[in-house]
This record gives sequence, C-alpha cells and structure tokens, in this order.
Amino acid sequence: MNEELIIAGFGGQGVLSMGKILAYSGIMEDKEVTWFPSYGPEMRGGTANVTVIVSDERISSPILHEFDTAIILNQQSLDKFEKAVKPGGTLLYDPNGIVNPPTRKDINIYKVEGTKTAVEMGNPKVFNMIVFGSYLKVKPILKIDNVEKGLEKSLPERYHKLIPLNLEAIKKGQEIVDAVNVV
Amino acid sequence: MGDLRLMKGNEVLAEAAIRCGCDGYFGYPITPQSEVMEMLMFREPWNETGMKVLQAESEVAAINMLYGAAATGKKVLTSSSSPGISLMAEGISYIAGAELPCLVINVQRGGPGLGTIQPSQADYSQAVKGGGHGDYKMIVLAPSSVQEMNDFVDLAFELAFKYRNPAMILTDGAIGQMMEKVELSDYKKRWTDEEVIEKWGSWATTGKPSSRERNVITSLELDSEKMEANNQRFQKKYRQMEAEEQRYETFQIEDAEYVLVAFGTSARVCQKSVEIAREKGLKVGLLRPISLFPFPKNIIGELAPKVKGFLSVEMNAGQMVEDIKLAVHEAGCTRRVEFFGRMGGIIPTPGEVVDALEQNFLKE
Repeated sequence: MNEELIIAGFGGQGVLSMGKILAYSGIMEDKEVTWFPSYGPEMRGGTANVTVIVSDERISSPILHEFDTAIILNQQSLDKFEKAVKPGGTLLYDPNGIVNPPTRKDINIYKVEGTKTAVEMGNPKVFNMIVFGSYLKVKPILKIDNVEKGLEKSLPERYHKLIPLNLEAIKKGQEIVDAVNVV
Repeated sequence: MGDLRLMKGNEVLAEAAIRCGCDGYFGYPITPQSEVMEMLMFREPWNETGMKVLQAESEVAAINMLYGAAATGKKVLTSSSSPGISLMAEGISYIAGAELPCLVINVQRGGPGLGTIQPSQADYSQAVKGGGHGDYKMIVLAPSSVQEMNDFVDLAFELAFKYRNPAMILTDGAIGQMMEKVELSDYKKRWTDEEVIEKWGSWATTGKPSSRERNVITSLELDSEKMEANNQRFQKKYRQMEAEEQRYETFQIEDAEYVLVAFGTSARVCQKSVEIAREKGLKVGLLRPISLFPFPKNIIGELAPKVKGFLSVEMNAGQMVEDIKLAVHEAGCTRRVEFFGRMGGIIPTPGEVVDALEQNFLKE
C-alpha cells in the first residue's frame, strides 16, 4: 500500500491537522509516513496545503507533483490540484464556495457536504473530521481503531474529551459521501 | 528502543540536542528553522538537564556566544538559515582558527541575498569550501530524513570533539518543516569538566590547576612562522578527516550504468527518480553523500570505471558537481559528469530528473 495524498484549502479549515491525524493514524498501523506542509508566504496568502504519504515501504520523495488522492476544500485549490490527480485517482471536494466544480472524467470524484453537515451537527470545527471520514470511506486504508489512536496521539491531552465528537464526525462523514464520477 | 514520535525535522534537532547532553544553545530566529528555538523554549531543558537556551540579539552575537562557550569545553550549538549563516561566517572562521568543537546547523533557504524561504541547497560551497575567511574546513553532514536530523546531532558533536573543529549539519527547509516517524535517542548525561578532560584532553579553559600551563584559546598569531605551523596542523587534521570520515549511502548501485549523485532533500527526490528509471528499464542508481566535507570521493573513484556517467542533482546552480568531477579526475578516469538542478527554492520533480538523465546521456 502506498497512498500519496494532498489536502488543500483555506488556512483555518484544519487542513494541516487533518493531515497530521492521518499521519499519526498511519504510524499506529505501523506504516511509514511523511507530512510535508506548505509554509511561509503561501500560507499567509490564505491557502494551506499538506502532502501526506502513507506507505508499507520506506518513502522516497516526500515532495510530489501528482497524487493518488486530492482532498480539496476551496476553489483556488481545485484549480491548482484537479490536474495533479493521477489518472484513475480520486478527488474529494466540499462544494461550499465552489463555483466551477471538477470536470475530469478519468478520475473518481466525490462530493462531501462537509461545511453544511458540520453546521447541522452544531459544531463547524469538526468540519475537517467529517471530510476525513468521507476520505476513509472512499479509501479505507486505515482501521478506525488506529484513527482513534491517531487522534489521541495528535491532540493535546486537554482536548481528549473532544475525541468522541471527532469520531462521531468521522462516522457522519462516512455516511454522506456522494459519488459524482466513478471510473 | 527509543521513543517513537511524529515530529518536524526542526523540532527533532532541538529534542536531539537536549537528549545528547548538550550544554547550551544560542540562536536568533529565521524562517524556515525557527521551530528549533521554539521547541527548545517550549521544552525548558534548563529545568530538566541544565541545558541553557538563549535568544541572542543577532546572529553575530549568537555565534560569538557559541565561541565563548565552546572555549570552556561545553557542548554547544546554534542554528540558522542561509542569510543568518552568512552573518555567522566570521565567527565560524574564528572558532575553526581557535580549534574549538561546536555544532552549527544551517536549514537552507533560497538565495542569494534575502532570497526566498523555500528549500534550497545553494549553500553547499559556503559550507564545504569555507564560507568565512582563511584556510579552514568544517565537518559537514547532510541528513535526508527526519530520523537523520535526530541521529546526526550526536554524531556531529562526537566528530567536532574528536577533531576539535566546528561541525555543521547542512539541511534545508523541506526536511526542517516535514514531519516523519522518528525514533528519538535515549538521554545522555551532560559531560562534567573532568569528563571532557578525560575524554578529549585538557585544552579547554576550565580553570588553571597548578599541574599545567594556562590554556590560551585564540585564533590570533602575529608570528607568521607560527601561524603557518598552525595552518599545517589544521591541514593535517583535515586530511585525517578525509581519510577517516567519508560517509555515504548507495541505492541500487550494483548494476548501475548511470549514477545520480544527490544529498539531503534532492537525494529523496532522486530515490524516486531511480524507481521511475528502473521501471523504464534504465540501469540507474543513487549515491548519496552523507558527509559533504569530507566529500566521499573514494566511492566515486571506485564507481567511475564501472559506470557510463554521473548526474549530479542539486537544488542550486551546480556546486557539488565540481567535487564529483574532481573525484573522477583524481581516480584517473574520464567519465562524463553532468548536472541538473533547480534554483531559488524550487525542488526538482522525480520525473524532471529522469528527463535530465535521458537528455544528457541517452539522446546523442
């Protein structure tokens, strides 16, 4: 198993932390992982992205230009990364704020109403975990037990009381995936 | 078995410094390495191991604090990024001239000038050829993973004390900012003055006992005859480093017709390039220099007669390629040595490297 993933959106959407939880969950499942963020002026411009690789093998390049999966949370990131998904790969996106939805026919495309669902759940902050749940549904690369352990590892202890809420969000995310295009 | 964590390269540098029994850190913040000092301040090692951490008023102050502390036989380090290292270059020259051990970490960014804050390897020549004035060398180690960011801190100090010479970890913004799985080292106790004397000799200014002459730490010697003798001693030391400390790693080199040579982040990229090239049926391997000074020229000399050519892949305009050419020449060979690189903070893609290889060697 070798999953090369990019998560991209606005700063504050929990892009980097979603990547971190995924990476930690990978470690819990004894995988090799890398987490490489955009940093500096890119982030100050409002967009944030992180490349995460989860693999059974030693990871060569941590910096990638094409991806198995892209999780896209805003229009700028969609414009930039839709073309970077490998043919036959997967793109998940939240339609909130998306004016021009993805159009490629050679990749799997899934729509996730993450923002809307988070509001319905009464907690906009769990948005990233809803999307993460959808990702795990589409790409079940990790066991949910290990995701729970990953959450424990990556969240400071004072936030551990929020783990059940996060798990609930992940579960919700698994339920609301909408397949737009499947190859 | 140490402690298994997911951490940024920069954070690991800080953690490794605490755990290897470091006595002090002096530094000044600069992107992309500010997490080193942030982590040290967060960890408050002065409560745990007694290690001191101080944010100086400038890089020039930091390197001179390092000079002073190193003169007393303490295990001390600083870290910065490219423009900050240039500011430290004078101090590094003094430390080399005074023959003191210390660790300087350069988490490189793109230059010249203030440049960019994205990853670069454009300080290769500055690190291995000198950087400051005078005929001096640093031991330069180039990690290519977060794990090696941990491992090389201790190694760099061992080498620095063994040779009484400044050592540098030359890394870049990619490895500094990246998180990977890392097994942290076990804690080592900080050395006492007595332990330093026992292990490394009594050169440090730890207080003069009646049993020996006073120790004088200086790089100044106005008598040219004596200064030349000092230089001869330094050169002998550098030749010994070249004889004993060449470090490297190879990847799929056994049957390789073409060898990519790359260090640090570009070596990680090239590992992927080797995978891509092999899928295309090209016999390509990778040589990754770990010590940049001393440059691993012996292995290049060994490989040269067996291969058709070398491609140096760097995140600069072509600096290490000169050392590869020298090594091939010294081995009495005439193999082609070509270069591919990106500059200004751009990391080459694995595919670009394969294209460059084909362009240089396979399309006559």
